[in-house]
Amino acid sequence: MNLSTNHLIMGLNPLQLMFYFSAALAIVASLKVITGKNTVHALLYLVVSLLAVAVCFYLMGAPFAAGLEIIVYAGAILVLFVFAIMMFGLGQDETLNAPKSHSFRLSNFNLWVGPSLIAILLLTELIFAIESSLVQEKLTSHIIDAKQVGILLYGPYLLAVEIASFLLLAGLIAGYHFAKPEGISLDQKGLDQQKETGGHL
Amino acid sequence: MMIPSATENVLALLPLHPLISFLLLITFGKRLSWHMAATLSIGAMVLSTVSSFIVINQLSLQSPVLSVDLWNWFELNLTNSSSAKINISFYLDGLSAVMISVVTGIGLLIHIFAAAYMKDDENFTRFMAYMNLFIVAMLILVLADNLVLLYLGWEGVGLCSFLLIGFWYQERANVLAARKAFIVTRVGDTAMAIGLFMLFKELGQLNINDLNESASTLWVVGDEAPYWIALLLLGGAVGKSAQLPLQTWLPDAMAGPTPVSALIHAATMVTAGVYLIARMNGIFLLAPEVMNYVAWLGASTLLLAGVAALAQNDIKRVLAYSTMSQIGYMMLSLGAGAFSAGVFHLMTHAFFKALLFLTAGAIILALHHQQNLFKMGGLLKRLPFETVLFAIGLVCLMALPGSSGFFSKEAIIAQLWSSNTAGPLLWYCAIFGALLTSIYSCRLFFLAFMGERRFDHELQPSSSRLLKLSLIALAVLSLIGGIFANTIEQSLSGVFPSVQSLNMNEPNWLHSVAIATPFVGIVFSWFYFSTYRNSNHGNLNNAAFQDKPTPLVMFCRQGLGFDQLYDLLLVKPYCYLARLNRKDIFDQLIMFSAWYVCICHDVFKSSQTGKLRWYAAAIGLATALLLISLGIESFSLEAS
Amino acid sequence: MSAIPLSHVLILASILFSIGFVGVIVRKNTLFILMSLEVMLNAVGVAFIGAGSAWQQADGQVMFILVLTLAAAEVAVGLALLIQMQRRFKSLDIDLLSKLKG
Repeated sequence: MNLSTNHLIMGLNPLQLMFYFSAALAIVASLKVITGKNTVHALLYLVVSLLAVAVCFYLMGAPFAAGLEIIVYAGAILVLFVFAIMMFGLGQDETLNAPKSHSFRLSNFNLWVGPSLIAILLLTELIFAIESSLVQEKLTSHIIDAKQVGILLYGPYLLAVEIASFLLLAGLIAGYHFAKPEGISLDQKGLDQQKETGGHL
Repeated sequence: MMIPSATENVLALLPLHPLISFLLLITFGKRLSWHMAATLSIGAMVLSTVSSFIVINQLSLQSPVLSVDLWNWFELNLTNSSSAKINISFYLDGLSAVMISVVTGIGLLIHIFAAAYMKDDENFTRFMAYMNLFIVAMLILVLADNLVLLYLGWEGVGLCSFLLIGFWYQERANVLAARKAFIVTRVGDTAMAIGLFMLFKELGQLNINDLNESASTLWVVGDEAPYWIALLLLGGAVGKSAQLPLQTWLPDAMAGPTPVSALIHAATMVTAGVYLIARMNGIFLLAPEVMNYVAWLGASTLLLAGVAALAQNDIKRVLAYSTMSQIGYMMLSLGAGAFSAGVFHLMTHAFFKALLFLTAGAIILALHHQQNLFKMGGLLKRLPFETVLFAIGLVCLMALPGSSGFFSKEAIIAQLWSSNTAGPLLWYCAIFGALLTSIYSCRLFFLAFMGERRFDHELQPSSSRLLKLSLIALAVLSLIGGIFANTIEQSLSGVFPSVQSLNMNEPNWLHSVAIATPFVGIVFSWFYFSTYRNSNHGNLNNAAFQDKPTPLVMFCRQGLGFDQLYDLLLVKPYCYLARLNRKDIFDQLIMFSAWYVCICHDVFKSSQTGKLRWYAAAIGLATALLLISLGIESFSLEAS
Repeated sequence: MSAIPLSHVLILASILFSIGFVGVIVRKNTLFILMSLEVMLNAVGVAFIGAGSAWQQADGQVMFILVLTLAAAEVAVGLALLIQMQRRFKSLDIDLLSKLKG
């Protein structure tokens, strides 16, 4: 890709332009995620958002992070989401199931106004914080590749890696235990309890 | 001079005998048989009566006064390092001598009667215990040498009156009557207490003799302080003696057993007010306007009670109003300055009123507790013994010549015309009152004893000898009581200062009119109430006996509307205010803080929804507020 | 080659974060809440990468990896809980979980 400064479109070089475009895409996709009715559609929009953010990463000079984002986040975590929805029937159509007395309307102004105000407030503050002069000074143009990340991971952040593996192990076991179907237990006492209470959490 | 210490001890122990008897009777209660309880209580009374005669004898022999100090009760410290000692000590002079002889003597006879009368009552020991306690309190009252001890006795008799009126407490009406008596006399007692406080503040002590002396040195006639003090003391006397305006409790107090009515509400307690005014004559003589009030109160009560007695249909209520009326006479005489005459009338009145009440009790018992006059009749032939006794009592009441009542009443009326604080107008009131007395007495006699018998059941006259003995003794005393006049006069002359009278020329016909008045009344009633006294068989269904009262008669029967007046003025507003304050405004003020806390609790409780999204929003809001505050701080820091 | 100004990256991260935050608060379906959480975590990752790129250090990416790990573990456990919830309440409404038992 020709990244010369000669080709300026709208006063920005193509790098920046792509960045802003994919950022906008990420934002729009996120909006569609939170306002979606259909679960699977929302998940797909989330995938789109993640892909757009990966592009942003790449343009920021972090290709390793971009790859990880796609492979792990979009490719594993969200696929896990999809599998869970498929296999356990979690993705109901919201309109069918409205436990509250008022019917589920996403265009319900009263529902959205409060949280939106809080979010806008937060956003404005964050923007103000960011716009302070300290942050503005930094401009960077170098790419940080996988090698540098690896050196750090196996160096100063080794302990963090180990702890992350603990976390994943714990998540694995917890996920296995919580998602067990009813009636399956390892000991007799649990079996009796299950028969009495009809399953346990 | 030497006073034998033995007499002092006798005086000191005088109230002790009935007190011990009271304690024993209360402690052992129902375990005592009738014989034992009666012996105990009557024995104590006998001891007290004998003791009182001993000390009175000593009094007349050697010294005009006897006093004995028992112990020091408490001291009231005044500001200038002097203190007023309040002692338990008894003081006997002529006035107290008259009172204790009346209290113990009449009390003994009434106790004997009551032992026979209340024999079948299951709470006999409680009754005799209360009667003894009453005697204790009354003796303390009349023997007290300072006003605080007198007040103790005063309250004691009020308490016993309450206990005895409401003796049959299972009946609601009796309890209400007892409560009414207590509350009405309480109003008077409060006035008296305020008077006591004022006395102490002004004179710095409460010993009666010292009070009377220092009052005459400190104040002159017509001063302001003795006026108010005397007025307040009068308030107390009016309450206890059932005079206007606190007289409403006495007719209702007839709900108690008849010996109670005889002892307390005829002979002794209601005379406590008279005793108080006589005792504090030093103060009263310094306030002639108050003595005038006393005289007028006495006269108005006299007339009011006489009118009310004309319209009654219950034999005991006639006697109650009669008591009220006679005490009005005593008040009238005290107000006119005739102290000794008033006290003498107190004594004779005790005799014949006790006789009347007890005989009425015997009659009521014989008629199976029938008290309505219109259902009696012709008892002259059926109950001759009681009729004769009742007639003797009525003769004394009407002050026919020769009876004790005659001497005392004439003594009073004679001093009215030319008294400083009374006058001809009050004399006329007294004469009219005597007329009313004779009229209602005759009406009572005709309705109950003469005429055709209207009570058809079998009579059950009491055959107890004790009963008859006590009644005969009282009758004898009533008839011959006049011979005590001179001795009483002598003994009381040392107590009371002689009161100057205006030097008016009294008309000659004063005395003859006074003597003739009861006879006029008898003649009038003979013809007016002839239907009552005729033994005409055909008159049984006469309308006169049907007791259908006209509104005027009804008004008089209910005590000339005083009950209704007080109900309207005092009871109803108080009940209204109590109902208004049903939720108790001070309680509500305290509950306000509890309510406020509950409101705050509800407000805070609503933030605990348990909803995850709510908590997340709360976190976001808190972060936003935190950032705002930090931002404001940094902005102000940058700006400065 | 001029890079993206750090402030713009951070602004992007903030916008994504607040969008996710709104989603967490507004949506009743627990699955959507989890998805909104993912959006928020992603936004945090953007912030870290941007910061690392601005300071020319790899620490930003390392932090991003850890965030990713966290997200993975959290999704696993969260979905498992969701499955239990579906079994128990037959619906995924998070307001059903507002009472403590007993």
